[in-house]
Parts: sequence; structure tokens; C-alpha cells
Amino acid sequence: MKFSLEWLKYFLETEASVADIAAALNRIGHEVEGIEDPADKLEGFRIAKVLTAAKHPDADKLQVLTVDTGEGDPLQVVCGAPNARAGMKGVLGLPGAVVPANGMELRKSAIRGVESNGMMCSVRELELGEEHDGIIELPEDAPVGQTFAEYHDASPVFDVAITPNRPDCMGVEGIARDLAAAGLGAFKPVEASAIAASGECPVEIRTDDPEGCPAFYGRVIRGVDNTKPSPEWMQRRLIAAGQRPISALVDATNYLMLAFGRPAHVYDLAKLSGAVVARRATNGEKVEALNEKTYSLDDTMTVIADDNGVHDIAGIMGGEHSGATETTTDILLEIAYFDPERIGVTGRKLGLASDARTRFERGVDPEYLDDGLAILTSLITKTCGGEPTEVVRAGTPPVSALTIKFDPRLTERLGGLAVPQEEQRAILTSLDFTVGDDWTVTCPPRRHDIEGPADLVEEVVRIHGIDEVESKPLPRRPGVALPTATPLQQAERKLRRAAAARGLNEAITWSFLPTSEAEHFADGAQLWVLDNPISEDMKAMRPSLIPGLLSAAKRNADRGADGARLFEIGRRYFRGANGASDEKPTLGVVLSGEKTPRGWDSGKASNFDAYDAKAEARALLEAAGAPVGNLMVMGEAGDQFHPGQSATLRLGPKNVLARFGALHPNTLKAFDIDGPVMAVEIFLDAIPAKKGGGFARSAYSPPALQAITRDFAFLVPSNLAAGDLVKAVRGADKKTIVDARVFDVFAGQGVPEGKKSVAVEVVLQPGEKSFTDEEIKAISDKVVAGAAKQGAELRG
Amino acid sequence: MTDLVTLQSGALARIEEADNADALEALRIEYLGKQGSISALMKTLGKMTPEERQEQAPKIQGARTAVADAIAARKDAFEAAELERKLAEERLDLTLPEPQSPKGSVHPVSQVMDELAEIFADLGFSVATGPEIEDDWHNFTALNMAETHPARAMHDTFYFPDKDADGNRMLLRTHTSPVQIRSMMKQGAPIRIIAPGRVYRSDSDATHTPMFHQVEGLVIDRDINLGHLKWTLETFLKAFFERDDIVLRLRPSYFPFTEPSVEVDVGWQDVGGRRVLGGDGDAPGHGWMELLGSGMVNRRVIEFAGLDADEWQGFAFGVGVDRLAMLKYGMDDLRAFFDGDQRWLDHYGFSPFDQPTLSAGVGAKA
Repeated sequence: MKFSLEWLKYFLETEASVADIAAALNRIGHEVEGIEDPADKLEGFRIAKVLTAAKHPDADKLQVLTVDTGEGDPLQVVCGAPNARAGMKGVLGLPGAVVPANGMELRKSAIRGVESNGMMCSVRELELGEEHDGIIELPEDAPVGQTFAEYHDASPVFDVAITPNRPDCMGVEGIARDLAAAGLGAFKPVEASAIAASGECPVEIRTDDPEGCPAFYGRVIRGVDNTKPSPEWMQRRLIAAGQRPISALVDATNYLMLAFGRPAHVYDLAKLSGAVVARRATNGEKVEALNEKTYSLDDTMTVIADDNGVHDIAGIMGGEHSGATETTTDILLEIAYFDPERIGVTGRKLGLASDARTRFERGVDPEYLDDGLAILTSLITKTCGGEPTEVVRAGTPPVSALTIKFDPRLTERLGGLAVPQEEQRAILTSLDFTVGDDWTVTCPPRRHDIEGPADLVEEVVRIHGIDEVESKPLPRRPGVALPTATPLQQAERKLRRAAAARGLNEAITWSFLPTSEAEHFADGAQLWVLDNPISEDMKAMRPSLIPGLLSAAKRNADRGADGARLFEIGRRYFRGANGASDEKPTLGVVLSGEKTPRGWDSGKASNFDAYDAKAEARALLEAAGAPVGNLMVMGEAGDQFHPGQSATLRLGPKNVLARFGALHPNTLKAFDIDGPVMAVEIFLDAIPAKKGGGFARSAYSPPALQAITRDFAFLVPSNLAAGDLVKAVRGADKKTIVDARVFDVFAGQGVPEGKKSVAVEVVLQPGEKSFTDEEIKAISDKVVAGAAKQGAELRG
Repeated sequence: MTDLVTLQSGALARIEEADNADALEALRIEYLGKQGSISALMKTLGKMTPEERQEQAPKIQGARTAVADAIAARKDAFEAAELERKLAEERLDLTLPEPQSPKGSVHPVSQVMDELAEIFADLGFSVATGPEIEDDWHNFTALNMAETHPARAMHDTFYFPDKDADGNRMLLRTHTSPVQIRSMMKQGAPIRIIAPGRVYRSDSDATHTPMFHQVEGLVIDRDINLGHLKWTLETFLKAFFERDDIVLRLRPSYFPFTEPSVEVDVGWQDVGGRRVLGGDGDAPGHGWMELLGSGMVNRRVIEFAGLDADEWQGFAFGVGVDRLAMLKYGMDDLRAFFDGDQRWLDHYGFSPFDQPTLSAGVGAKA
């Protein structure tokens, strides 16, 4: 909220500087977001008197003026304003000055061949109002040569963020009260003067919705003149607050709201018919609001209506139909108390924000109906004349003063500040709290934010100075800090650094995806889809980490990168029990583009293949603590993968720990990226927890005798998985065969059709004694027999 | 005996002249072979008288040794020359590039989260987590933001059409604060946790992204007050930025879940056009930067979490992790954090071996 220093001083007797006031506002919780000094903008503009005015020789609408600037010879200025004439005083912008309204820097120039040494300015050019029909005319007594900033008494403007718990400070008066409590000066409350009312209010006012509108006060003023603008002092304050002056009647209600935090509404009585009633809207009832949009209402919303229909979305926005216009002569003033929660709900439902809603939904002062109405009446009658009637009151505002049993020692216990009890009492009293001898504290009803003792501590601490709180070390257990990371956290940390050490770059991609991309990876899971996404590209929560990484890889390719090796550790989002989410910790890897660039040794770049993906999958599973020795390579990586170049790694047939391989050309097409692209996904939640254990490794017992190796070349059916053959070989003699490794796979010349040759190196570990030739022969026979069960025959 | 001298000198000269291994071998056979001339002289020794032998043997053996040594030396020289020639042929152009191994990196957000975990572990805080798809009870209601609370609207919440079994509206958590509630409900008190993680708000411009990272801190115990909060934040920031001159400015503020609520500004100074944290924000050339929201946990929140608010009290704070990373490591565009641009990751990412430790300092120097 914005207000000028001059306006603040209307409520606060103070000599404090702008900087001191700003510092105090920050100190007591009203954050100053900016200070604007209009004097800065008016630099270079000064009061000048027009000495002569003559027609421009070459332009009908221009005049050539000589103006006295108070120093030196009169200046020649070309001016197009119809009201420019000899003898008048106005505001001259000198070369170098910047016109506030358009940012144009004035220069000495020739206009249609006549030299001009500056510009006589209009109200709008100086951003002092909307007026632009002619140049500013100053009174006779305006001192020629004075800077206009000084003459205009342009006041610095504070822009302050009022926290939502302080609607009482959404008016200048409330801010002044807080500043006075903080020692910045004396608070000057504005008393409402008695209104000379004549006659009963002719309009029947009712509240048929005491829940939504507990109190509705009103009065009629007859014979107002709304053709005049509001007074200059009011316009100046409204402009400083960023509010455009509109008409005397509208400005008066805006002034009441900005000065006292009290929204009110003015109806054109001629547009009303019958009783004016606060009631619930009917479902589907419509109203055109002042913003010229039509809103469809429902029966949870409170409205102000008459016999003809709705005239006001209560507490949020008035209706276009019955608002005050230039021709309005008789008016009905409305000042009401609306239920804050209901205002909030209605405002959200309608998506309608307004200054009135902001205040009503946070809670206005329930005691400020009569005073507010009196002040509004007098603001209007002073400018527009008119005869006010008596006030008519429907309902009563919920004025209930909260009392709190306060223990002043709580200030230190909670706030960490030892504030003397008398100072605490003084602070609360200056904020309008009543403090009993027994520390029973009665709160002013306008302070909706006060709920209990902790709030009073906050009041004391913020006025005393929260920055004075002394640091106090947290108690610390003796000794070295204990480890705190959970097994999953430890696994993730290790995994992250292992992946980076393997040459992968960690990326963080959005948790949400375009629905089509999410669907592509959903595998039948029911997605979480946002109701109100920020864009269609960020709508469905990801069921896989691959799409986000794939899009990132594509962006890299589009930027001309040769390849990308990206990984991410994050969550996939699924449906859990009882409507909650099930968020699965996951690692995703995408390898795209070139694995190695064109080099001098081969002359060719190489691409990634599915074995690269397998290498990442296994290495990273091992880093994450999975028992990689027991993993089975199985199929069904998913439709997103190349059916012949992808696999899953499982611990038992059901538990999939990872999937990897080349992505399906259809996936690449859907993401518009060139292939081949490899991907890996490791499902961290599927990795079994390691059984606890100490730090000591098992005893070290290297075999006494050296292992020997024997090579076997088998002819096997070409569709036999090498892994199955190796498994059969290893299983042939579990005691002595400690390893078996494929070292050659060949098909083609010399190998029968439908077969392939697979060569396996088998490592045999002797125990106490070296193998005899017979023993080796026996083991070899077992290997051959084992392999034969897989359809393998030893190559001759 | 001049024969022997002549023979020896002749042999040595010829050995010196031999220009390849074959010629040398021929000379060896000629002099030292079974039929060789020196071998023949050796044989004469047997027929000599002891006196003659005593005189002749050293001379003949000396000639034999001299010739044999000369042949061996000459052979070594040939082998050395041959090796040199061979090595010269094996010469590689080592200005050619070596095989490249890709350099991986850790994302700054992860690095900073590890740093936070390390610092707060020393202060006795463990790391807690919670769901990102939350229900509105945990995200709002239990944090003292009733359905009609205006602060809810300030959160720019992403909603799902779904409701959970209790009828709560599902949404993307707008802050990490619901982890406070979950942790208190699960662990009770006393408790010291930080909760880092992804949070979401419907906001997108140069300094806001719809997804970002926050870390929440929570301490609940019997005698915790604002002084402990201030100390904790000071201690944390000093350790994080590895500067002793971190100065905080506490300002009253408002958060529904804390009372009193405190906004924390940190003093900075202009160093070559960059804002560097440290120093008193009121000093010339310095300023204050809003960094953290915090406060004493509202007793309603403690009650919502099922604890006795007369027995337990404490503080909570929240700060943007991405923001901390930017302030410490100098990135200026938040959006780049989530783009996965390999160049950016190479530039701002961290070595896997930059594991934060207290002994080496939690930060990784540029």
C-alpha cells in the first residue's frame, strides 16, 4: 500500500525523517518496498510568468511566449496550449528536465523555425492528474523562480507491504498508530464530527443474511453535485496512493478506504427501487460489476439487492448499473460489516480481486461503522453539498473484545527478550490494548489477528525491537555429532556421486510433463493431472524420469551439442493408499548422440548402444547397494524401449530393480529426437535394504593354490541367450568353478546355419591340493554336460 | 711371441671394424671357435713344459679374454643400436589427443542440499522428507491456514481434481512446511529436523519457476526461544558461506504457522557489482537482502501435530535452496537450473569428489 508523507503526518505528529520512518516501518513489521520522492521527478521544473504571447509566424495553433523564470533574461518558449496568455503563471520545464509522464528529456530546440527554450507543462505531463486541455495555471501569488517541487510541496511516497494479518494497517491511520507506538511521534486520531442530519432515511435497509452481513448501515444524501472534481488535497493523496481520481463521490469512498481502511459504497438513489437488502444471491443470478464484467452468482454469496435485482457483490465490487455518475443527485451510502470468510470464498469463486475484498476478507474494524459513515458523509457534503438524512441501521456488527490472560514472562520465554513489565504495558496500551492490573489484556476489536498470548508477545517484541534478540546457542549433546542420514539418503548420495564419477551430468527436470509425454510412459498407471497447470506442458506428474531427461537431451542436441549423458535422481508419482500419492525414488539416465567424437584413431564417431546402458545400470545398481551378483537379465523393459535391445534387471522374477536399453523409434519420434538414444531407469525403492552389520569385513582368506583356466567353445542355437549358457556352465560344478566368462561370440563362416559359436573361459579354483588330470577331465565333462542341457555342443 | 701380439691386435682391429652381427659372429668363430686361431693356441698349452706353460698361459688366456670382451662389447653396441632403431620406429606423436573420458557433475542444488545436511548434522538436525503431492490438511490447515484463510490464496497453489480418503483436496505442496507436521506426528518431541525438497507454485518469471527447492528447519523442545532461532540461522549461514562476518537483521512479519513471525535479512556488500553476503547491511556500500522466513511455531500448529503446546515450543524457518546456491556460487538465472543444458551443468556443476565435509569446509571453491 502506498501513502505520502504528508498524508501520514495528518495522522502522526512527527519530525522524523523519511529514512527514520522507513526504518521504523521495517522494524515494526511493515516492510518498505520502495520510497518515491516526486521532487526527484520534478527536478528542473520551476514557476514562470508569461510576459508576452504572440502568434507563431508559421503555425496557427502555436504561440511564441516570453517567460520570466525569476533569473536572467526572459526565455522564449513555443507553446501550443490554448490557455497560454500574457500575465499568467505556470510551470516551465527547462532544458535537461525529464517530463514525468513520458520520460522525454527537454532540449533547447527550434519549433517550426522558432527557438524554444523549454516547455510549459500540463497537469498530465507532470503526472499530477488527468487534465491535459491546457497548461497549468498557478495562482497570482505563486513565486516566480521557485522550484515547482518546493511550491507543490510534493511529498515522498512510501510503498509498504502490509501483511495479511494486519487489515487495521490497510489505512494510513492504522500505520500512524503503529508508528506512534514505536516512538516515532504522537498519534492524531481523526474524530468524526457530528452530521447535521435532516429527516429519516427514506430507504428501507435490511439484512436478510445476518451471517454474511451482520450489520448494514446507510443514509441518503439528497441534492449532491457530482460534476465537480474532488478537492485538490484529496486528489493529491489519492494519486500518491496510486488511485486515479474519478469523481467527487467515488474519490470520497476511496479516500475513506485508504485513509481509514474502511470500504464503503455509494448508490445512485435514482437507480434503486424498494428496500435495499443484504441477502444471499440465488443460484445463477447475474450482476454486471463496475469492471464491466458480468458475474454469475450462487446461494453462498452475499449481495446487496433491491426489488430489481443485485446492485453489489457484497464487500467485493459494486454494480455498474447503480454506481454514481456525473448526473447523480441523490445517493444512498452503504457501510456494512461482512463476514470475512464468506467474502474470501466468494472472491475466490468469482476470481474477483478488489481493494474492498482485500480489507473485508482480512477483517475491517467492526466498531467503525458509525464513525466511518459520518466521515464519508462530511467528505461528500463538503465537496458536493447535499442534505444528509439520519442513519438507518440494520443488524449489529460483531464487536466482541477478546480478553487474554497474559503472563509478561512469556515475552522472554518465547521471544527471548527481557522487556521490563512496565514497558510491555506501555507498548500494549499505546496499541489500544487495555491492560488490567492483573495482566488481563483486552484487545481492540479491529485486531482480528490477536488470538492468544503469543500474539501479545509478538506485539511487545516487534515494538520493542525484535532485532535486539540475542543469539543463544542451541543445547548440544556432548561429543561428536551423530550420523543422521537414513539408508535411502545415504544410497542416493552415493549413487549421485557414483553417476557423476562415471561421467554423467546431473540434471534436475520438471516434475510435471505434457500429458501426452506422461501417457507415453504411464504403462497403465493412473496419472496425477493438475487442475490448474501453469501451461499444458506442465500438466501431468511424471511416471518416469526418462521423458524429462529426453527433452533435455533434445534441447542439447538442438543447441548443437554432440551428445548428452544426463542423469537425475528424483521421484515418480503414482497413486498410493487412501487417495494419497506414492512417490517412488528413482534414478534416470539418458545417453544420446555421440559416445565418442570423431577421432584420429578411427576417424569415426561412435554412438551409444544398449550395452552402454547396461553398464550404467549395473554399476549404478551396485553403487546403490543392490546385490548385483544375483541379478537376472529379463525382458519387458516396456513399450517405450526397443523390443530387441532392452531388458530389465531383476532380483527374482517379480522384483524389477532397473530397466535399460535403446529407446523405441516411436518414443524418439514422439520426442522429436534423433536416435539412437539409450535410457536407464533404476527403481531405488525396489532395492532390498542391506542387513545391518558392523564395520569389520569378513575374514580375508585367499586360496592357497592358484586358479587355473580352461576354455570351451560351444555351438549353440543362435537364439540361446549367452547368459543362460554361462549360468549352466557355472552351475556344472559349484564347488570348483568360481567364474565363467564369454570371450568370443561368432556366427557365419564355419558355423552351421541357425547356430552360433560361444567361447567361454572357465576359472577353476583348487582347494587343498592341485587338480589331477583326471579331476580336470571330470570337471570338463560336467561343463560339457551342463552346457548340453542348453542345447550346446562342444566344438570339435 | 710377437705372433700372439700381432694376432690379438689384428683380431681387435677386425672386431672394431665388424659392421654387423653376422661379421662379428664370423670373427668369433675365426678366433674363439673350436677351430679358431686363439682356441688353437690354447690347445698348445697342454704340450708345453710347466715352465713354458707358466710363461705362456697368461699371455694366451689374456689374448683370449681381450678378444672375447671385445666381441661382447661390440655385440652390446650392435644390440643397443638395433633397439634404438626399433624404438625410433615406434615413435608416437604425443601431441595427438588421448582418449577422452567424459567428466560428470553433480547439480548445484544437490551439492547445496548435501552441504546443508552436513552443517545441520553437526547441529543435531536430521534430514526429513515428505510427499510432494500433499493434501490440503497437511499443506494448509494443520499449518493454521484454514480453508478461508487469505494466505492460502497467496500461495498460488497447483491443485489436483482428486481428494484423499478423508476428503482433503490433493495439491502440490507449496512449501516444505507440511514435513514439519508429518515429522512431529511421527516422531513427537523433542525434534530437530531439516526438510529439503521440491516445492511448487504457479508462478513463472525471471526469478520464479513453477518448481523450486526449499529447506525447512524445525526445532521443538521445552525451552526454545527466538534467541535460539537467531543463533541457529547465524551459525548455519556462517558455516554455509564460510564467513564470520554474516550479520542478520530480524524483522517482524507474518506467517500463519509461526507466532511471533520473523523475516530475516542478511547484510551484503557490493563486490565488483555482485552482492556478496557479509557485513552490516547498514554500512556504506552495503544493503540488506531478505533471505529467510521464520518464527516461533504457532501453538495451533503444535496442537494440530498432536503435541501438548503447553509443554513444547520451538522455532521453524524456511529458505530457498536454489537461492542459497545462487548466492554462494554466483548463478543469476533460476530457470537454467531446470534446463539440463550440458554446458551449464559443466560450468556450474560440481565434481563428484567435492563431497562436503566439515574438516575440508562444506563449500567447493571455484
